[in-house]
Amino acid sequence: MLSLVRSLWEVFRHGFHKRVTVQYPEEKPYLAPRYRGRIILTRDPDGGERCVACNLCAVACPVDCISLQATEDETGRRYPEFFRINFSRCIFCGYCEEACPTYAIQLTPDFEMGEYNRQNLVYEKKDLMVDGPGKYPDYNFWRVAGVAIGGKDKGQAENEAAPVDLHSLLP
Amino acid sequence: MATIYIENEAREADGSQNLLHVLLSLGYDVPYFCWHPALGSVGACRQCAIKQFRNEQDKAGKIIMACMTPAADGTRVSIKDPETVEFRAAVIQGLMQNHPHDCPVCDEGGECHLQDMTVMTGHCARHYRFSKRTFRNQYLGPLINHEMNRCIQCQRCVRYYRDYAGGHDLNAFRLRDVVYFGRFEDGVLENEFAGNLVEICPTGVFTDATLKRHYTRKWDLQMAPSVCVHCAVGCNISVGERYGSLRRVINRYNHQVNGYFLCDRGRFGYEFVNSGDRIRDCLVNGEPSDSLAAAVSKLETLVRETRCIGIGSPRASLESNFALRQLVGPDHFYAGVAENEWSATLTALDLMRNGPATSASLDDVEHCDAVLVLGEDVTNVAPVMALRLRQSVRQQPIQTAKKLNIPLWLDHPVRELVQNEKGPFFVAAPYATKLDEIATEVIRAAPDDLARLGFAIARAIQGGPPLPGLSSELSTFANRIAEVLGSASSPLVVSGTSCRSAAVLNAAAQVSHALSQIGKPAKLAFCFPECNTVGLRLMKPRSLSEAFQAVRDGQADTIIVVENDLYRRASKEDVEAFFNRARHVIAIDHLKNQTTEKAELVLPAGTFAETDGTLVNYEGRAQRFFQALVPSGEMRASWRWLDADFVPEIHPDKRGWRTLDDIVSAIALEIPELADIGLAAPSRSEFGKVAREPSRYSGRTSMLANISVHEPKPPQDPDSALAFSMESGPQPPPPPLNPFFWAPGWNSIQSVNKFQSEIGGPLLGGDPGVRLIEPEERGGWNFAGIPSAFEPNPDSWLLLPCFHIFGSEELSQRAPAIAELAPSPYIAVNTMDADQLGVSSGNLIKLSVSDSIHELPVSARPDVPRGVVLIPIGLPGVAGLTLPAFGKLAPASAMQGVTK
Amino acid sequence: MINLYPLLIIAVVLFIVLNLAAGLIWVERRLLALWQDRYGPNRVGPFGLGQVLADSVKLFLKEDWIPPFADKGVFILAPGIIVATAILSFAVIPLAPGFVVADLNIGVLFLLAMSSLGVYSVVLAGWASNNKYSLLGGIRASAQMLSYEVFMGLSLLGVVILAGSFRLTDIVEAQRKVWFVIPQFPGFVLFLIAGVAETRRLPFDLAEAESELVAGFHSEYSGMKFGMFFVGEYIGVILISVAISLLYFGGWLGPVLPPGLWLAIKTMTFICLFILMRAGLPRPRFDQLMSWGWKYLLPLALLNLLVTGAVVLALS
Repeated sequence: MLSLVRSLWEVFRHGFHKRVTVQYPEEKPYLAPRYRGRIILTRDPDGGERCVACNLCAVACPVDCISLQATEDETGRRYPEFFRINFSRCIFCGYCEEACPTYAIQLTPDFEMGEYNRQNLVYEKKDLMVDGPGKYPDYNFWRVAGVAIGGKDKGQAENEAAPVDLHSLLP
Repeated sequence: MATIYIENEAREADGSQNLLHVLLSLGYDVPYFCWHPALGSVGACRQCAIKQFRNEQDKAGKIIMACMTPAADGTRVSIKDPETVEFRAAVIQGLMQNHPHDCPVCDEGGECHLQDMTVMTGHCARHYRFSKRTFRNQYLGPLINHEMNRCIQCQRCVRYYRDYAGGHDLNAFRLRDVVYFGRFEDGVLENEFAGNLVEICPTGVFTDATLKRHYTRKWDLQMAPSVCVHCAVGCNISVGERYGSLRRVINRYNHQVNGYFLCDRGRFGYEFVNSGDRIRDCLVNGEPSDSLAAAVSKLETLVRETRCIGIGSPRASLESNFALRQLVGPDHFYAGVAENEWSATLTALDLMRNGPATSASLDDVEHCDAVLVLGEDVTNVAPVMALRLRQSVRQQPIQTAKKLNIPLWLDHPVRELVQNEKGPFFVAAPYATKLDEIATEVIRAAPDDLARLGFAIARAIQGGPPLPGLSSELSTFANRIAEVLGSASSPLVVSGTSCRSAAVLNAAAQVSHALSQIGKPAKLAFCFPECNTVGLRLMKPRSLSEAFQAVRDGQADTIIVVENDLYRRASKEDVEAFFNRARHVIAIDHLKNQTTEKAELVLPAGTFAETDGTLVNYEGRAQRFFQALVPSGEMRASWRWLDADFVPEIHPDKRGWRTLDDIVSAIALEIPELADIGLAAPSRSEFGKVAREPSRYSGRTSMLANISVHEPKPPQDPDSALAFSMESGPQPPPPPLNPFFWAPGWNSIQSVNKFQSEIGGPLLGGDPGVRLIEPEERGGWNFAGIPSAFEPNPDSWLLLPCFHIFGSEELSQRAPAIAELAPSPYIAVNTMDADQLGVSSGNLIKLSVSDSIHELPVSARPDVPRGVVLIPIGLPGVAGLTLPAFGKLAPASAMQGVTK
Repeated sequence: MINLYPLLIIAVVLFIVLNLAAGLIWVERRLLALWQDRYGPNRVGPFGLGQVLADSVKLFLKEDWIPPFADKGVFILAPGIIVATAILSFAVIPLAPGFVVADLNIGVLFLLAMSSLGVYSVVLAGWASNNKYSLLGGIRASAQMLSYEVFMGLSLLGVVILAGSFRLTDIVEAQRKVWFVIPQFPGFVLFLIAGVAETRRLPFDLAEAESELVAGFHSEYSGMKFGMFFVGEYIGVILISVAISLLYFGGWLGPVLPPGLWLAIKTMTFICLFILMRAGLPRPRFDQLMSWGWKYLLPLALLNLLVTGAVVLALS
């Protein structure tokens, strides 16, 4: 019985505490750089499209809101022909970012995406692409991958030896 | 059977097999690379290391390679032993040392055996700090993509390509850690089974180049079990769709039919489904119809008010042909097959029923030990049968290994023992075929001579008097073959309708009959050119010339052509006359062709990938294919159009064949010979729900969001248990309904291991398909119809069809990658004949057959019999020639001289 | 000529009660927020007061949905009963000396009778909804009412003995010397508990019990019908608070300030206590609720009555 009175007293005392509510939008909250907000597609340090259309983000997505189609340019560099995120389905879980092997897809500290028309929540590649490397300024997948693309021949990637000369008779 | 102890647990196993085979058969997960059920063991990759113990007391044990150790009775092994676990992880670490950081951009990713095995062994980080070796890739043609950096040197590609498929132009080069698998120089891989490298390669060295152009991961494909429509073998395939287009075809294991391998035509011919030439909407007089209702009412009016005849098709399903037959009545149902070919088909089917030799399944073909190929180019007409025939020549030599107690799965010793020795394999064909290279003896002759040879062999087997008038060379040849076939334990006779000669077929059957008479379990395999030739024959349509006659006699006003281009079946003049004389022509087809151009009303049909249906293969096995993609526009299965009462948008309440099951049961009731086709696959009501999409299917809520953010209801499938969904019923799908092979931890095609009753054996739940034709003993084997010997006549050349795996088949030639490999039209004659005509290879030559004249480059070949002209059938330039025929030849210039 | 004075009183009482009930929505939310370190509704109008208006507009405009499986007549009747009985109770409540609609000589009995009638609303709503959760809520409400009604009346009898009258005006006037909360402290505590139970507010909202019964008896209600349950509940809160003030805290009696204001201050304090209890106390299990009622509170009430009676007898 006394404990009830005590809890009433404790609750009453809270009437004199500081309030924790942040008065958004007058007052903006601090969002950490790794906050899971609006999704973007980033670029390599040298400006190329980072996404290699591997489909891992799409398969990781628990609500299946990412769809894309892979294609290749004439040099063999793979990129998405289209890349679509239906943000009206997105739950901002960040699995896509975790799955991305090239740091292309990243979540940003921006959550102010409200729309009056749901259709406007469907973002295509042009809406998702940004002109920078995002959180990972140095990584370039093509520098470590084994396939040859324009500007990077076989054997020119990091940690690669020059291509084997098949016509050599040396052991 | 043997008892082996795995982790101290006693299990029954096949003692004649190796431990890897046995462990996988029992459902254990053991990693492997170089071993393949069809290729045997070589112990090259060291990945399947397990521990063997001498007895119960032995705690130390020793590490062995599971694939190289017999599963002898009492063997005690452990897979979980910590030392072996560490050993396997070390092996894969070595294999991965040079493997590039490619998975995200590799087409194998997500269905990669190397990925699976790496995960299985637990290796996760590369510790080797030095650089990776790299290779330059080769151009291997429009079908196969090469990315050599990814190679782990398991040698499976070369073993398959050279030892199994009989190819010559893929090999291993250089040594130690820089072994290179490729061609001597860039160029198209010559073997017609090269596409299987995509599945044989455990990683992404060889990948599907057609898939690369519209790449989709395995988990994103909406798949369905299907049957290849590019020849009569009826290989089981799994087709995958994404974003409304067909993305790829992979093998669907069926022990009785295709086993592990497909041919390149079957694997890469699918692209015709995505062709720009597809008919997507109803056309009236060449213009898109105002509405679906207008087109349907036109169809209904014509069907109701005019006298119709129907032309069926050997490339349409049983259901579509049956619907046409019911619409026009059995008396007005005609086979849309070239006249000579049809009569040969009639003969072939009668012979198959007459027995006593049963028709051979492809599994039988592989295990026969003496083969006679009579008048058939198997590689180009029934490619996968040729692949299996290649294995049959090993059957007799490997008996030596059996005698020496060398287990047959021990690939290298067996091959060393066999060397180049080959079992009896005789090829008698009108021209050189690819199988000649494995043949004991080859003879080339005109069809009549081949038939005579066949009859002579039959006589020699039965010990009858020799055939009068046979050359001594042929008769000694016949005696040799007769002797060898007679002493074999399971001889096989292969023939087919390629020669368009009933005599050849009769002769082949006579040989099998003769073998049966002397107590041999002889088998017979007839090749047919199209996927449902046998099925169409079982519907008992009348012949095409009778259709021509009916229209000529004014007995019909309207012609309904279903999935057929008649310009490929008869001469242009005949077809034009046929169409012009009829008042109306209705064509139902999926690709634009000359017939649809001529038609007043064109209705868009679905291809094999968009509809369901049943096909009957060369041995009389009915197999069902299922829809993988939802057709766009007004396309629907031909049988849906043809039940005029039933086009659901127009007549929602009308009765009719509402579903596939309705029409299948209608066929079974109506045609006694097709009574069993319902058994080809469970009906919709028999089985709950099977997902076409794997559980990892992605993009469901996004793929159509560009059109509308409000997701549409998924398409419903009234015809089969397969659903356009990721949701399956609780039980695993039965083999005829299984859209893909996928098991936990086994993402690659190797997961088929988990679906077989025993590795390399029948599927769990039985192989799909039902055999419709079993021979019944009948009399009448009296050597009737022996033709007289062929006499070359310089004024009347015998024109024979010559088949090309790429190009001769109607549908696959519309696939860009296949079209790229198709030869350009030519006329082949014997070198000596060419000399007499005064032409050499490359020169233009003029061929006149009845009224038509063709001018084509000549190819002078030594293998063509004298007096015979080979025409590459089915190629665009020579379509409409009905073969065999007789024609005149003249050098193009000479002919011009004459006309001048 | 008709005496307009009672009508004026009725109008004033109705005005005060209904406005206060509506305003309590805001008060409750703001106070709860305060005690939970939040702000509560503060966006609509000054201090978020417009929220009251916004909420009522919303409630009025919502679709008036009656489930097809419900007993339609009873379903509509139920929310009316609770508001009607609660408002009727105010007929005997004197807000200031002489400012009362009907100064009945059995005021306390009328008050008890009216507030007990309110349970019909809950039971009928639960029954008419034809929904297992609603029905459970209704059953709980009736059992709870039955148990707590008993000692509510018994706890009041001490006051009645001391005042010697059932008339509320008399009871207030009897407290000129000392508020009854002093001699009747156990009675006050019992009445407070019973009052909370009577209004079915936390911690005794077992008829509603969101965590178990969705929303209990009013699961199927929406729009203004739901709003009436709400209003009924708040009027009940005001009623019990006024009753406590009148019965135990001297009603309008107090120095300096006008009598009406004194009553208002006292009433508001108890309303705040109600809200604090909601903010601070957990809901008991149903069996706990019942066993306290019958095993402890009822004997305590009887004991209180006995002792009061004995003392009064002895002193007289």
